Amino acid sequence: MSELTVTLLRFGFLALLWIFIFSIVASQGRDLAVGGKLPAVLTRSRGDRRGAAEEPVPPAAGPTTGQRSRPRTLFVLDGPLRGRSYPLGNAPVLLGRSPEATVPLGDDYASGRHARLFPQGSRWFLEDLGSTNGTFVGQQRLSRAVPLDPGTPFRVGKTVLELRS
Amino acid sequence: MSAPAGTLPREEQVEPRQKPRRLTELLLLVLAVGIGVGANVLVDPEQLGSGDPHLLVSGLVLGIGALVLHVVLRLRAKYADPYVLPIVVALNGLGIAMIHRIDLTTDQTAASSQVVWTAFAMTAAGLVLWFLKDHRVLRRITYICLLLSGLLLLLPLLPGLGLELNGARIWISVGGRTFQPGEVAKITLAVFFAGYLSTNRDLILLAGKKVGPVRLPRFRDMAPMFAAWIIAIGVLVFQRDLGSAILFFGLFVAMIYLATSRLSWIVIGLLLVAVGGFFASQAFGHVAARLDSWLNAFDPEVYNRAPGGSGQIVQGLFGLSSGGLFGQGLGQGRPDLVSYANSDMIMTAFGEELGLIGLSAVLVLFFLFVTRGFRAALGTRDAFGKLLAAGLSAVLVLQLFVVVGGVTRLIPLTGLTTPFMSAGGSSLLSNWIIAAIILAISHTARRPVVTGPATEADLAEVAAYEAALREAARRDDQERAERLERRRDRRPRKETDGSGEDTAQADGAQADGAQADREDGATAPRSDASDTVRRPAVSADTAATEPITAAGPGGRRDAEDADHHGGTPTEAMSRLTDQDRRDPGGSRSTENGGAS
Repeated sequence: MSELTVTLLRFGFLALLWIFIFSIVASQGRDLAVGGKLPAVLTRSRGDRRGAAEEPVPPAAGPTTGQRSRPRTLFVLDGPLRGRSYPLGNAPVLLGRSPEATVPLGDDYASGRHARLFPQGSRWFLEDLGSTNGTFVGQQRLSRAVPLDPGTPFRVGKTVLELRS
Repeated sequence: MSAPAGTLPREEQVEPRQKPRRLTELLLLVLAVGIGVGANVLVDPEQLGSGDPHLLVSGLVLGIGALVLHVVLRLRAKYADPYVLPIVVALNGLGIAMIHRIDLTTDQTAASSQVVWTAFAMTAAGLVLWFLKDHRVLRRITYICLLLSGLLLLLPLLPGLGLELNGARIWISVGGRTFQPGEVAKITLAVFFAGYLSTNRDLILLAGKKVGPVRLPRFRDMAPMFAAWIIAIGVLVFQRDLGSAILFFGLFVAMIYLATSRLSWIVIGLLLVAVGGFFASQAFGHVAARLDSWLNAFDPEVYNRAPGGSGQIVQGLFGLSSGGLFGQGLGQGRPDLVSYANSDMIMTAFGEELGLIGLSAVLVLFFLFVTRGFRAALGTRDAFGKLLAAGLSAVLVLQLFVVVGGVTRLIPLTGLTTPFMSAGGSSLLSNWIIAAIILAISHTARRPVVTGPATEADLAEVAAYEAALREAARRDDQERAERLERRRDRRPRKETDGSGEDTAQADGAQADGAQADREDGATAPRSDASDTVRRPAVSADTAATEPITAAGPGGRRDAEDADHHGGTPTEAMSRLTDQDRRDPGGSRSTENGGAS
């Protein structure tokens, strides 16, 4: 191998190493910006600016086309996770302070396993799991599973949540 | 009730769902394997023509291993971090190349065993990823991990099994192969610290006496932590391996700081290191020798000292300096002049052959890996996962600091392996497992809470859950009916013999109190209010049996509760692990009763 090739390969390899690093960093930039803490902060400040007037977005018993579909988002109106939203699928969702919960609330007033949302037909049902401080829909403390309409806020500990379509 | 599509809440757009980004990973993997194979070619271009199988074998192991892990990620952890795997593969490939390069000049065969271990470690990582669907199951084995750490650290001290190399007794020898159990212990210890701290964080933070501005945690909250720490440090005093001791102690301090976010822990930790280091240098000859060859490295007398001289460090420094900015080029330098060039001193070998630019590239790769670990810790939603990911990243960064600080004479040199690069199977294995755990955690961190359209399994789960609900309701009704029945039976009996039992009155009244409480708790809808009124006249034998029957419904109710929550497998799992639940669960019946 000629001297030139060796030198070229030597520098080429160093270049390859740094190309690898820069391609990671470049594509990482997009990854770092989304999710996690940052959007929660953003939405919080946005929510504050909006003020209370717009806060309870009414369900706007809108154009219910023949197709009735379940709400697909769980939105946190108030509490430590305020401004977060969680997409809902077809599996039951456990709400509570416990780290095992599907949505760990980080709320000192919530029980470990506080309440459960489960889908049935075209609706989500909310059920209290024997929590210490209770689960409230409006002023009503739950004693059994109740169907939840989108836009109806419910309270788990100090966290207020609602379903949105 | 579906809202019109136009009025989607803005928040959902602010926090878009994470994409799996497996394609990014695949492209980066191609680049990473290219780096690994390229390095292996460059260290000895002549081998291309000769029949040396090393290049082919190492290339195949790296390529196929990376591909298999990629597929495992696609199948089992779709949302896992896309950068961790390429970084690790690149580092591993570079390590193999350098070990092979040093083999060529020193007639060792470390590279082939390193390739075998790479394959083995990748398999282990794949298995971890396959079976560790949810990292939170590790929390269940918190104390098993403590036990395991103790065992692993004690193993090298056992006569017959332990092996002493270069003054440190940290190896075990099984069937001619050596293994360093301490490397695995750093994972189990991290799991233990994470599990213990995530459960008892609040107690450590809030309970205890306040001394000046510092709140001291109660001893019993900290005892298991100190037990772990004493095991780690005490055993390592006997094994005389300073590097691992620093690593375990650093892990301990880092994790407790991560859990409590009190800077005082770092200060206390550094003070303890200073005090411990001082006493160790006074008490142990080998520590004093290490310190001496750090401080007076260029002293000819120290340089030439037979065991524990500073020759290794100084040769490493000469290697780094001869590397300069661009390095000698792979295969062109003389890194083999340094003793242990393929394990402890592999960083100086890279510095010599790739120069400052190449060495900083390697370091940046490590730091990127660690930032991805911390990113997973930030993103995941449970405290255990956060602590585990951050703790494992902290272990890696500490280990790197100890190694690079040692070879550059920033701190005394202690024998630790460079993660993913140094020759040594146990180190490679445990670091790949760490990478796998971080990948698993990053999957839970990045995936949406509940994903996509329902699968068959989801539907079955929901159906099972609903069936369990119906069953529970049915049994509830049945039981209520039975109780009513019993009460009705009792009433006529009481009317006939109720008047004559004066002696049993006190007992009856007492039992009645308990009974009334329980009834309140257990049966929400009361059938007749007169029930408690008529109770004082209950006969002695009924009074005696009363508490048992009264406890019956409560107990059964609990069992029923369990059934009823056992509807979905995930719930059943969380019920097993969740200790928080015990409290609300314990007070449940009275709470409910109070409300209804």
